[in-house]
This record gives sequence, structure tokens and C-alpha cells, in this order.
Amino acid sequence: MNNTYYGKLIFELSKEGRRGYSLPKNELDNYKLDTLPAQLMRSEAPALPEVDELTVVRHYTNMSNNNFGVDTGFYPLGSCTMKYNPKINEDMAAHRDFTCLHPLQDVDTVQGALEVYYNLQESLAELSGLKEFTLNPYAGAHGELTGLMVMRSYHASRGDNKRTKVIVPDSAHGTNPASAAVCGLNVVVVKSRPDGTVDVDDLRPLLDDTIAGMMMTNPNTLGIFEHNIAEIAKLVHDCGGLMYYDGANLNPMLGVCRPGDLGFDIMHINLHKTFSTPHGGGGPGSGPVGVREGLEQFLPSPRVVRHEEEEGHHYTVENGDQSLGFISGFLGNFAVVMRAYTYILTLGHEHVKNVGPLATLNANYVKESLKDCYELPLTGVCKHEFVFDGLKDKSTGVTTLDVAKRLLDYGFHAPTIYFPLLFHEALMIEPTENESKETLDAFIEVMRKIAQEAKEQPDMVKTAPHCTPVRRLDDTQAALKPIITYRELATQE
Amino acid sequence: MNFKFFPHTEDDIRSMLNTCGEQKLEDLYKDIPEELVFKREYALPDAMSEVEVRRFFDDLGSYNVPLTCFVGAGCYDHYSPAVVNDMVRRSEFLTSYTPYQAEISQGTLQYIFEYQSMMAELTGMEVSNASMYDGCTATAEAMMMAVANAKKRNKVLISDTVNPIVIRVVETYAKFHGVEVVRIAAENGVTSRADFEAKIAQDDVAGVIVATPNFYGILEDYTGWADLCHEHKALLIMNCVASALGVIKTPAEWGADVAVGDGQSLGIPMNFGGPYVGFLCTSKKLIRKMPGRIVGATTDADGKRTFVLTLQAREQHIRREKATSNICSNESLMALYVTIYMSLMGKQGLREVNEMGYSGAHYLAEQLCATGKFEMAYPDKPFLNEFAIKTTLDVDDVQSQCLCAGIQAGLKIADDTLLMCVTEARSKAEIDALVDQVKQLIEEEN
Amino acid sequence: MSKIIEGLCYSESHEYVKVEGEFGYIGITDYAQHELGNVVYVDMPEVDDEVTAGEEFGAVESVKAASDLVSPVSGTVVEVNEALEDEPGLINKDAFENWIIKVQLSDKSELEGLMDAAAYKAMIGE
Repeated sequence: MNNTYYGKLIFELSKEGRRGYSLPKNELDNYKLDTLPAQLMRSEAPALPEVDELTVVRHYTNMSNNNFGVDTGFYPLGSCTMKYNPKINEDMAAHRDFTCLHPLQDVDTVQGALEVYYNLQESLAELSGLKEFTLNPYAGAHGELTGLMVMRSYHASRGDNKRTKVIVPDSAHGTNPASAAVCGLNVVVVKSRPDGTVDVDDLRPLLDDTIAGMMMTNPNTLGIFEHNIAEIAKLVHDCGGLMYYDGANLNPMLGVCRPGDLGFDIMHINLHKTFSTPHGGGGPGSGPVGVREGLEQFLPSPRVVRHEEEEGHHYTVENGDQSLGFISGFLGNFAVVMRAYTYILTLGHEHVKNVGPLATLNANYVKESLKDCYELPLTGVCKHEFVFDGLKDKSTGVTTLDVAKRLLDYGFHAPTIYFPLLFHEALMIEPTENESKETLDAFIEVMRKIAQEAKEQPDMVKTAPHCTPVRRLDDTQAALKPIITYRELATQE
Repeated sequence: MNFKFFPHTEDDIRSMLNTCGEQKLEDLYKDIPEELVFKREYALPDAMSEVEVRRFFDDLGSYNVPLTCFVGAGCYDHYSPAVVNDMVRRSEFLTSYTPYQAEISQGTLQYIFEYQSMMAELTGMEVSNASMYDGCTATAEAMMMAVANAKKRNKVLISDTVNPIVIRVVETYAKFHGVEVVRIAAENGVTSRADFEAKIAQDDVAGVIVATPNFYGILEDYTGWADLCHEHKALLIMNCVASALGVIKTPAEWGADVAVGDGQSLGIPMNFGGPYVGFLCTSKKLIRKMPGRIVGATTDADGKRTFVLTLQAREQHIRREKATSNICSNESLMALYVTIYMSLMGKQGLREVNEMGYSGAHYLAEQLCATGKFEMAYPDKPFLNEFAIKTTLDVDDVQSQCLCAGIQAGLKIADDTLLMCVTEARSKAEIDALVDQVKQLIEEEN
Repeated sequence: MSKIIEGLCYSESHEYVKVEGEFGYIGITDYAQHELGNVVYVDMPEVDDEVTAGEEFGAVESVKAASDLVSPVSGTVVEVNEALEDEPGLINKDAFENWIIKVQLSDKSELEGLMDAAAYKAMIGE
């Protein structure tokens, strides 16, 4: 990363008459666009920049140099599983035999693409212990929504329309209640016990015939395995509800547990977390949804179906009559599917099983190495991530935000901060299986140094970062008078 | 354990376990009840080297047939300059997360700000969010936005001339969200004004969704529609083909409240359906009802102009079940495709792309009609680069004849109708090749 | 320590009502504004809207948080504090001076269910 701030906008590099493109000559220019009725055409061309090609290349290159990615350095962002994004994934996703396909072209001409799609569905089913998957959802939150639609469709198919509530633990990701609301379900919150797991005694009285199901992540957002999961699943099933697994924290389970075996009926997987597809600055992701046997008919259309034939096999794209409907234009983020399947092929059964244990080892190692300087509210083994409640010594006034900002000065991305909401100064750390002991040791050393700095030079920590391209930003000003386009910015400056 | 993505040596593992006070890796899972642990080997293929992975996809790729594409219907075969593909692979963009730590994410924040600015220019609207999953879900989100805005109404009208692929997603979201979707009839390829007037007059409509160009490629005249919507306290939502907005009348000029659609036509490869990018633009007045992330300008502690995620209090991680939407990821990298594409093309490039699509489509339509076996489905309606055409030939025969020559001859939308699309990526020779196949078929049948 | 004014009625969700005849001025307490931080937006109802005791009528947003406004009383909105549209930060300057809505009370007996200054002070532990 370059610590000199670039900061220009492409609009500011524009000069009238410059060109950044070349197109073939229009051989049919006797057919003129101008013959369309003027009242159907825009009165003025859009004010887009006019720049030459090299200017565009340098602009985005310089801009990228003010960005930090997994390739730049350690990125221990809790609950986001910032693992290495293998380069071979990118090459395969850019394979021209796949990128050139139109989603509506004849099904016989896309058999290779459908096989990749189908194979990934099957691989995810094996890895999760569920029956069938759809890869149509575009992201984790979209998967949650789709999964809840499956849940509602299941109850509706039995004529059971009383079930309008879904139970969500207080430690859940914010998307869980938001997805429930979009799906037309009411959220009931179940409390956590002091050890961070769901309070079964608090859960029991919530269970009745208005409960559609319960959403959980396991391990939960505190990195703790919900050891009562079998009992919880039984209670929810006994009252007629379904269990939904939020797959955001699936990584430590690879090689250890399968959600289907824990009693979950529906789940989503974040391919951009567990299956190494790049986060891309916030998307595109992919949120496949899997279901146990008996629910597959409710999955969204279209579905990829494999037919065994005498001279081989054949794939078709079908719409089911009991399906919940359509949640995407076509078959989801196919290029992300290509990457995730490449990852699974690269690891194979021999190495996939080591992902969970090594991610868990890394997390526990960091936790144990820092617990004397940072407040560890929950002791014992964690899974892929854990949460500190700020610095152990609170007398300095240095907050979690300050620690996070100071980390940036040392060339590390900050952990997730102020989530989960159960602790005031939450600092949620998730080192993935790809990080070496040397990297973790360097991070540990810096975290200890910051704890020391907090005592000796608290003001310096409170005004961090000092070495990044820009200093702390005024986000109050941004929210008070939102300026979100160049046109508006230009009138202000 | 020895594997290229795992840096752990036996010694590392031993010493790290020692720090944790544990003996072996399994001890880290001692809190998991024994009966829940997965014990067998996964039934997955053996690990492949890169050589084998490449061979695997080369082999599967040979079962795909690249075609000369004359289909649009929501996904358009436009040319994307080499710069776009090169820049989006820069790992500082590719391997970063949502820009929560603004001090080390100015790259992402800046390009999203540019994206928002360009989408606002293109649609003519005041504000844009940081992007959504695709055009279908963006339209569904706009529907929910209209319902939330209207507070006590839960009915939304959608024109039958909107792409059916969009309609079916909107209807799915509506079914679960508790919104009643009512169709406005189509008449001669355009939305029925009379049906719209009758339905909006009931004063129970939260929003009205129409398309430009519509599913049949037609440019509808929406004069007076926005006024009528506003008179009856409904929002006008316009689903648009992004690239076409370079030349056609904008949603803002029609008076729309929300402009949505797919940005795929702005430099994103067809990719067998995704990833693409949905856009959602609106007026300043409705900014806090808008779903999705938003980047705003501000200053840092030294007074430098910088960019940051803003208006986050609308979002799921703060508002939970009361958020404007459950959307969390946007399609950031796809927004970067679109941003770089528009930077390169500029207003002139976008115009030329549309001119070439217009010329090619009108030439193709004319050539097909000249065979005597085809006629325009909606002959008096203006279109840009996509059109519906009827034939007295067997549509399946036309398509399979062309397929044998490596041509995807449009999309069958009725027993006797094809929806055809021409972009700047189609040469005159390719169009002629399609027409030649049709002529051959006619000869064979005679 | 947060400011608390004698003579107002307080709710558990940190709203206050200042009663003047048949009208009540509703806002958030000084304690609440302090907890929220810099207020950047106030989502307010419109004049003539009905509010119901115990139900939401809007929200207050800061950069990193949002809090629903729960009406402590029932009635009809007769005025909204338009100054907050341009300058929501007024709530941070003086939360009691800068009320959010003025309501024509429909049931004054509801006030009896609210806390007085001493009880509210005890609730927030000050």
C-alpha cells in the first residue's frame, strides 16, 4: 500500500474531446439513431468524464494503491473470513469458454457450465450434510432471505399459516433479523448465557405453534460452539419449527462437523468466506442455500437438474411447481461458482478437512497470546474467532476504536469492532488457516505494543492512525449533509 | 498437513498448541459432543494440481459452445475494453472487504463515489446507492421502498411490458413481504394507459413499475405518468437498460422517483448470468429510504477531502429488523467494472455504442422482413437495439438452423415470435450470416 | 452527569413529555442524547398524524446508532420541530429545549404511568 494519498476523481481529469475507446466503423450508418422521436430521447448527454486510456489506467492504479487487501497484509476481520483468494480461481473464472455464455442461450450449448454448477451443488451438500443446494442467491444475506422463504413455503404447504415468528439469538449477525423482516416474519430474540451460548431456559417458553423456526450460527459470533445444539434443535423441531444455519461461521467446521448432522434443516454458505472467493471490496459474493431431504421442492427456480442417459449424462434448467419462486435473474453469480469449485478441486478431500482445525488453532493461539493485555470475557477454547472486550486496562481512556486505528499504522487491517453488541468494546479477531505463525507473532507483538502505548502515550493512540494515506475521517459531517455525487461535490467546492 | 495454502509446519503446530495448553489439534474441539463430530472422509475428488485444474476446466469448457449472440432480454453482449478486465483484477481492489476502515480503503470508497456519480448522471437522478445484486433484485428493493414510503399502502402496479425475468423476482419478494402486485395490461407492445389510469385511481397504490426500453425493446412514451402517480401519492419506478440511458430519455426526465436496472450492459461480461450489478437511484428526498450502502464525501483530521460509508444508521448491522433492507454486500467489484467502462467510453462512446446497436438492429429487422416470412410484432413502435419479430416459419427450426452455424438467433418469447438484439459487438457480416441461415431454411422448405 | 428537569414526565425508553394544558411536548432526554452521540437525523411524523402511547413515531440517528422514538402518550401531532430538519445537532446542544413533536393529548391519565424526575434519575442510576 502507498501511504501517499492520491485522492483525485476521474471527473477532475476530464478534458473535452479526449477519448478512451475505439469501436469498429459503423458499416450500417444509413440507419440513424436520430430518426427516433426526439421526445423519447434524452435532451442532454450524460456528463461522463472524457479521458484517454493511459489516464484511466494510472488513475485506477493510483487509487488501488490507497487500498488494503488480503494480498497486502494480515486481515483479521472477525466473522468475515478473510482467507487467501487463490490466483488459480481468478484464472478459471476468466476462462473464455465460460465467460462468453449468455444465460439464455440454448441449454445444449452450456453443458460444461451446468456441470460446474451441478458439481458445486453436490460438493456443498456433501460438506454440509444436507440433501440439495441452490447456488442462485447472490450473497449471504440473500441466502438467508431465500432460506427463510423455503421455511415459509414449507409451513404454507402444510396449510400451517400461524407460524409468523422466527427466533434469533441476541448475538446474531444483524442480517438475520433484517432478512426475517424482509421475508415478512417477526423476530423474537433469545438471550445468551454468560458463557455466550443460547440460553435454553430462555428459549423454552418462546416455543409454540407460532414459531416458523430458529436462526443460528454455530460457532456463534463469539466463536463459541453451541454445545447444546442437539437439544435446541430437538426443542425447535418438537414445536414444529425448522432450524436455520447461518453459514457465515462455517470455516472452522470444515473437517469437524456438518450442519446437517447437528440438526439443521436449511442453511446458507458464504462462498466468499469459506470457499475462498474474493470479497471484491464488498461483493460479488454468493450465498448458496442447502436443505435437508423433504424441502428440496421449495428451493428457488431455476434449478439445474442432471439426467443420466445411456451415452452419458445431460443437464437441464428447470422451474419447479412447488418452488418458492425466483430470487435472481438467472443462475446466480456463476463466475463466483467457478472460483469456489476451483478451490474445492484444489484442496480435494485430503486438505479440506484441515481447514477448520488450522483456522481454529490460529485463533486460539492469538487469543492465548494476548489475553493478559486485552479483556477476554469468555475463556476456554474458541473456534475460528474470538472477542476481546477492549484493553484490559481501561483507565487510559483508549477505546477499541483507537486500538483498531493504531493497528492500521502498523500495516495490519483492524479486527471487526463493536460487534457483537453483547460487549461495549468488542474487538473480534479471526485469523484464517492461511496465516503463518510468523504473521501471527508479528500481529501479537504489535497488539502488545499498542497496549503499552495506551498507557504511555494515550493521546497518540487516540489520534491514530498517523501513517495511513488519510487521517481519521469526519463521519458526522458526511451523514449530516450527505454529498454522494460529483455533481453535488463540485457545486460545494 | 503439507499443502500450499497452509503454512503450518509440524513444529509450528506443536508450539502453538503448547501456547494454548493443548496437546493435539483435536483438543481444540473437545467442547463438541463426540456424537456430533464428522468422522468419515468427505466424498470429494482428490486434490488437483494447477495443471490438472486447468485441464479439468478446459475439458468441461469444450462442452460449452460459444455462439454469435443475438439475444438480449436482460443480458447484453457488449464489448468491454481490455483496460476494464485488467484493472478489476488488481488485488488491492479484488481482495479487500467492505471499506469499513476508511483510512486504508480510499481506493474502494473513491470508485464507489465515482460509480454513484456516473449512475446519477446516466439516470438523471440526484442520488445513487453503492450498487445492488442485480437488476431484478434492485427492482424488488424499489418495490419495498415504495411500500415503506407509503406507510399504509401495500399494493404495487407493474406493467406487463417489464421483462418477465424481473417481474417474477418482484412477485417472489412481494409474496413473502406481504405486498400485492397487480399487473398493468400491455396493448400492442406498450403499457395500457387506460388500465394504468383505472388502477391508479383507486388511491391504494404505493408504487408503479414500468420499463424503458421495455421487454420488447420498445421506447414507451410515459408523458404524464409521473404526474398521475404523484397525484395519487404513488412512486413511479422505472426499470431501465443501463447502456441505453446514454441516449434515451432518462427516468428523471420522465419524472420518475426511483430508477433501477441492471448495469451489466456497461462492460460486464455475460458470465452465464452473473455476477452483474443492480443500480438504484432516487431523489434526495428519498435518500434515507434507499436500501444498500452509500459513500459520501467528507474531510479527514487534516482537512483533506476523503470518502466514507455514510447514512449507515439505515442499515441492517445497526437497525436489524427495522433496516431499509437486509442487503449487506453490494456488488462492489462489478460497480468498478461499470465505473471504468464509463470512464473509458464517456458520453461519446456510449452514444456510438447505441448508434451501432440501433443501426444493426434496424438492418437485421429489415433484412428478415424482406424474406417475406417475418414481420415486426409491433410495427409502429420505436425501438433501439432490441425488437420482437413474428415469423410464419417454425421458430424452433429457425433457431436450430442458426445454432448449427454457431448463431443464437434471438430468444423465443411466443410460439411465433423471437426477441432479437444487436449490439456494437455484432458485425454486418454476422448479421448477414444469420439472415443467410434463415434464407437457407426457407429454400429447404420450398 | 445528565441533566434532568423537575416537573416533566419520563418514559423507560428515555423520552420526556412536558405538559402545557392539553398539549404535550415530546423529546428525548439529555441522557439519551448523550448515549447516542452526535445526532445526524431525526425522522419525524407529519402534522395531524396520530401517535399512540408505547408505539413508535419516528427515530433519531447518530452516525453509528439509531434509536426508535416511542411515544409516551397518545394524541394528535399538532406541530413538529422543523428546526431539527436542518440542524438535528440541536438535540445534543439542549435536548429539553429542543423537543421533537407537540401533541394534543387524548388521554391525560396516561401521564400517571410515566416516571417523575426522581424516578427517572434512579432508573438511569445517577
